[in-house]
Amino acid sequence: MQQSNSGDVRYDDPWYDALASGWGESADAGVPPARREESAVAAADVYLEVQRSEAFREVRSRYRRFVVPAVALFLTWYVAYVVTATTVPEWMARPVAGAVNVGMLAGLGQFLTTFLLTWAYVRHARLRRDRAALELRWDTQELARGRDGAA
Amino acid sequence: MTADHQMLALLLFSAFVAVTLGITTWVSRHRHGSPEEFYAGGRLFSPMENGFAIAGDYMSAASFLGISGLIALVGYDGMLYSVGFLVAWLVVLFLVAELVRNCGRFTLADVVAARMRERPVRIAAGTSSVTVSVLYLVAQMVGAGSLVALLLGGTGEAAQAWTVIGVGALMVVYVSLGGMRATTWIQIVKAVLLLGGTVALTVLVLLRFHGDFNRLLLTAAERSGHGEAFLAPGLAYGGDWTARFDFISLGLALVLGTAGLPHILSRFYTVPTARAARRSVVWAIGLIGGFYLMTIVLGFGAAALLGPEAVRGSNASGNTAVPLLALELGGGAGSTGGTVLFAIVAAVAFATILAVVAGITLASSASVAHDLYASLRRRRGEPRSEVAVARLAAVGIGVVAIALGLLARDLNVAFLVGLAFAVAASANLPVLLYSLFWRGFTTRGAVWAVYGGLVPAVVLVLLSPVVSGSPGALFPGADFQLFPLQNPGLVSIPLGFLAGWIGTVTSAEVPDEARHAETEVRSLTGAGAV
Repeated sequence: MQQSNSGDVRYDDPWYDALASGWGESADAGVPPARREESAVAAADVYLEVQRSEAFREVRSRYRRFVVPAVALFLTWYVAYVVTATTVPEWMARPVAGAVNVGMLAGLGQFLTTFLLTWAYVRHARLRRDRAALELRWDTQELARGRDGAA
Repeated sequence: MTADHQMLALLLFSAFVAVTLGITTWVSRHRHGSPEEFYAGGRLFSPMENGFAIAGDYMSAASFLGISGLIALVGYDGMLYSVGFLVAWLVVLFLVAELVRNCGRFTLADVVAARMRERPVRIAAGTSSVTVSVLYLVAQMVGAGSLVALLLGGTGEAAQAWTVIGVGALMVVYVSLGGMRATTWIQIVKAVLLLGGTVALTVLVLLRFHGDFNRLLLTAAERSGHGEAFLAPGLAYGGDWTARFDFISLGLALVLGTAGLPHILSRFYTVPTARAARRSVVWAIGLIGGFYLMTIVLGFGAAALLGPEAVRGSNASGNTAVPLLALELGGGAGSTGGTVLFAIVAAVAFATILAVVAGITLASSASVAHDLYASLRRRRGEPRSEVAVARLAAVGIGVVAIALGLLARDLNVAFLVGLAFAVAASANLPVLLYSLFWRGFTTRGAVWAVYGGLVPAVVLVLLSPVVSGSPGALFPGADFQLFPLQNPGLVSIPLGFLAGWIGTVTSAEVPDEARHAETEVRSLTGAGAV
């Protein structure tokens, strides 16, 4: 949005613009957008650079390698459970032990798998992702700050 | 119900209102009115506090009273709700919580707008968020009205109307004066009370059966009059194929809708980091999972100890099963124990409704002020004025919710909740997932994804048997019913995803590589997060 106006007008002296865009003027005319745009361009480069870096791709693939199969697994298991319960309730009614039948076990199994997957996700994130992500965070912010200073 | 019950319940409830109002004033004593503070409570809550607050936001009276009552009446089929409500949290934990915390500031629209042309996307996401919130809010208000009428014996229309007005006024006070900080503390207090009450009742039920869950199930099955069938699916949704598809539709909406609920998304911004957001979801999953497991015990306990006739006799949809169970567990009507337990459960149920209502109002006022107002007016103003708008919006939403709550008094609460989840899953989830994970997603795709889910969901409901053409409909006299299912999720959720995809592939806009990179890097590392 800001690219259109900042491309043709750019001032070096911030004071000049602070005075120029006084009360009652269109908000689009001020210099803060122009300066922000400059640092935004620099920051955008930083993000592209980080996105292409080996370290980031590793974090991303670790995240995806866990989350994609896990989501597929629990969604399939849940949909299968709901569809079975509604379409073939006879299967669910089969007794297992005492009053407990297949349906009761399947329902409690859903609770159990939810707890287990939660635990597995947290463990995976803590051991395989957190440290690398935090380092990337500082590196990215450091880079962005460097660019800002230069601009 | 006797006068004793009412007095004690009223006293306990007044105590809760007094404590929460005290929290609100204490929290707002040195307030500086920044958006950070109003929408996100300063982002300084600990994961445990936020986990309790999430659980408090999520465990509505509909689940506490509604699901247990449903289990008491139809047995196993009621359990299907509990499962859906819990499994939904895996979607939140895996795909949404951390990434949203890293990319956004206050609302869902923040995450999407970061990559797109801001104005159309904000207006779209803001509109759908407000729609979801208002539906959910009306459900809670209607629930509050009927609950009070049932529990306090005031069956008159006037008592119901005044309750709706009173709840609305209280929530406006909490939200507009206390913002997110007060709302969060109210959720925490409420979650502790609700869990405490549920644990106590569960223990008492299990003690009755000497800890033998098998015995409990057998007694419940025997007393229900359905025998073994009570413990298997099919009593409620096993009828014709319409009923079965209806349930599959509801199941889908439940599991996918949670991740699109605005008041749940806004909770992740109240903690300092994505890691804290993850840990708060883990707390929430533990608390919510435990809670739903206990509602199963309470439901079968009510069936075993009271029998379906007594439950149905008090309220046809089973909403009063838990309070009646408390009365029975305390020693029966007329006994001191029964009176006390009954009053506690009634007060906890009120507290639940009040807290949930406050959370939703806050989230929707954030959508109105931060997304809609900020996009629709011409200039950006001071941040302070946005908070002023949000406070005003809370009042406006309160008035709308009170009016709709009074109008929709006779509508089924569970249906309204299911509808809110369906709209959230159709309109909010597709756009959120696409903008987090799809490199080629464009502005047009985002706008289409929102409206492509929102419009079908609402239109299908208008054409459903809930609105016309059936005895229990909103307008039983008219008949413009074209869509057979009560819950639109089965059709409208895929439509939302499809519309987002079509909008993206047909748009001429070239997706902005750099802004996608920014979203992806920020979402996974937390760089530049506020």
